[in-house]
Amino acid sequence: MKTTGSSKWSKMTPMERMKEVVIHIGIYLLLILVAIVILYPVIWIVGSAFNEGSSLASSTAIPRHPTLHNFVRLFEETDYEKWYMNTLMIAVLNMAASVVLTGTMGYVFARLKFAGKKFGLLSILILQMFPSFMGMIAIYVLFLNFGLLNQPLALVIIYSAGQIPYNTWLVKGYLNNVPISLDEAAYIDGATKFQTYLKIILPVMFPILTFVAVTQFMVPWFDFILPSFLITSSEKKTLAVGLYELINGQANNNFTMFAAGAVLVAGPVAILYLFLQRYLLEGLSAGANKG
Amino acid sequence: MEQLFYYKKNAKLWQKVLGYEMTSSGWLSVFVMGFGQFKNKQKGKGILFLSIQLMYLMIEILTSSLVQGTIPGQPDAWGYGFFARGLWGFITLGDTTGGRFRDNSPVLMIEGLIAILLLLILLMIWIYNIKDANNTAFIYRKTGQIQSSKEYFKHVAESSFAYVVSMPSLILLLFVSIMPILFAFFIAFTNYDAYHNPPADLVDWVGLINFGKVLNLPGWRTTFFGVASWTLTWAVLATVTTFFGGLFLAVLVNNHRVIGKKIWRTIFILPWAIPGMISLLVFKNFFNQTYGPLNQMLGMDIAWLNDPVLAKVTLLIINFWLGVPYFMMLMTGILTSFDKTLYDAAKVDGASRKQMFWKVTFPILFSQVTPLLIMSFAANFNNFGAVFFLTNGGPRNINYEYAGHTDILITWIYKMTKDFQMYNMASVMSILIFLIIGGISTWNFLRSDAFKED
Repeated sequence: MKTTGSSKWSKMTPMERMKEVVIHIGIYLLLILVAIVILYPVIWIVGSAFNEGSSLASSTAIPRHPTLHNFVRLFEETDYEKWYMNTLMIAVLNMAASVVLTGTMGYVFARLKFAGKKFGLLSILILQMFPSFMGMIAIYVLFLNFGLLNQPLALVIIYSAGQIPYNTWLVKGYLNNVPISLDEAAYIDGATKFQTYLKIILPVMFPILTFVAVTQFMVPWFDFILPSFLITSSEKKTLAVGLYELINGQANNNFTMFAAGAVLVAGPVAILYLFLQRYLLEGLSAGANKG
Repeated sequence: MEQLFYYKKNAKLWQKVLGYEMTSSGWLSVFVMGFGQFKNKQKGKGILFLSIQLMYLMIEILTSSLVQGTIPGQPDAWGYGFFARGLWGFITLGDTTGGRFRDNSPVLMIEGLIAILLLLILLMIWIYNIKDANNTAFIYRKTGQIQSSKEYFKHVAESSFAYVVSMPSLILLLFVSIMPILFAFFIAFTNYDAYHNPPADLVDWVGLINFGKVLNLPGWRTTFFGVASWTLTWAVLATVTTFFGGLFLAVLVNNHRVIGKKIWRTIFILPWAIPGMISLLVFKNFFNQTYGPLNQMLGMDIAWLNDPVLAKVTLLIINFWLGVPYFMMLMTGILTSFDKTLYDAAKVDGASRKQMFWKVTFPILFSQVTPLLIMSFAANFNNFGAVFFLTNGGPRNINYEYAGHTDILITWIYKMTKDFQMYNMASVMSILIFLIIGGISTWNFLRSDAFKED
């Protein structure tokens, strides 16, 4: 664009050139405006994390005397470190379990023919529409009976089961765009279905499985309802619950501490998202091609 | 094998299910699973079916007082085996309150549901076992050949690969998704609320009374219609605004005049990359009437989240901030993969830029994202986080039962369960939500090409 731009300019009449300049200014003003609207709250929260005081009222976007005090307090006065580790462990396990489960489910629904396929596809879709925490009492009692209450890792069971419907559809949509001749070639070479899946299809699914992995890694960091129902002791909490309770009702006292905690969570997450932009984009468009 | 097996059009349902012709092998399998297979000289298969039946019987016997023994004063029902007790518990929801042998209704209902689900699986295997015995005997009569168990297992291993590999997912779904949903569904027909609080009290079946309350009691009716209409408005506006906002940003950045597209895009997707809960809690404080930096910056005292109408508007604006990046990414993905020849054709026809966008780009884009729009609508309909973390349903509405001005159905249900223990009414609302949202989505998906292909 840059190279053709200069020759374009020289061909224009002064009127056209004026118009182009105005359009340029308009576009860049808009872009800058949007960037400010997006960045201001982000800068403000980062700034608050380094603020001296503890209250919401006194915190400013750019701290006058930057300090790490809030981070120290976070680790000394709360179970933040434990919350972080709990959540990280759940996230990693959930990511692994989800990739295995939906990878196979997506393959099965995209490639194999079996009785009850249509019914299965429709029912997993409808399942998703039911407000998930309505089943919470049942899950609570179920966990109580199996001694899984107050065990952060047990949350992985629910998360990995809960993601199956949506992600199965997504993976299936992606695989539908992969030519079936790949599978057929493998069968001709004498591969079993399992071998075909493992050696041929799994590598092809890499981008969409990355999407599933990243999005499922994120779930426990944001989810509030489930752990708030199923986890009671402070040191077993996940980050979402811990941070929420830190700020709930006493925002004005703990706000800067909350901001510090938020920066420590949102920072890595945002970096991961930005790095994996390409896969997320592919995953999203794969979903769009379903229609 | 299947082709030999014929159905008559006027066959009764049970005949269609079990096989049109009941052979003696079939009858044997009706009474004891696997016996028909033994008669067909398929030992391996017979043992498999027989052992499944024995397994169920063993579970029942081992968990009953025949093996466990009784404790003095124990009610009869406590001595039943797992399945009998499950069925009894589901039907009665318990009959003893207080003391050592008190019944816990919700636990009984869940155990009952598990027993019923397992029995339904047994029923399916049982029907399959009869069908199989019939089928084999019938083929033998026609052709004089019997498939050996070995061949059968080989055949099963190949054809049921799909079921075998998806088994872990299916079991997880059955117990973690389906069973809880069924439980929530049945709670709507009980009196499980703050006044019937197990294990101190028993819960009873009350039929459709709770549904009647929504229609007949003014308080519940006002709340339901008020909250439902705000939920619908919210879901539509939240989806539409973020959709067009995302489209606008995607087109803006995609403009040939923009340099550094990647950098702009990276800035613009930032709200998507920050955990929603954190952004929402930050905004809650950002918009705080007394301490929030926004009012301090403006030097005004605006009740962003405390005025009923303004709170709704603020909610939509913040949701816009959060939701636009998702659609921007989505549209960017689609726009960059667009077939450029379409535009050349349009240019030849003398179309202006504006016309090209609205007549060519937009319709294609729209048709591609329709399924995701539906999902996004459904997600907004149930967008718990946005409301819970920002306003927690507030400001208060004195005309509502357990709900505030900005509460949507899902947060209302949450409050009913967590804060007020109105489990039965919450279940009723869940069923109503489910009917609305499930109905719309299913109808749409059934019409989509993706579904028709399979």
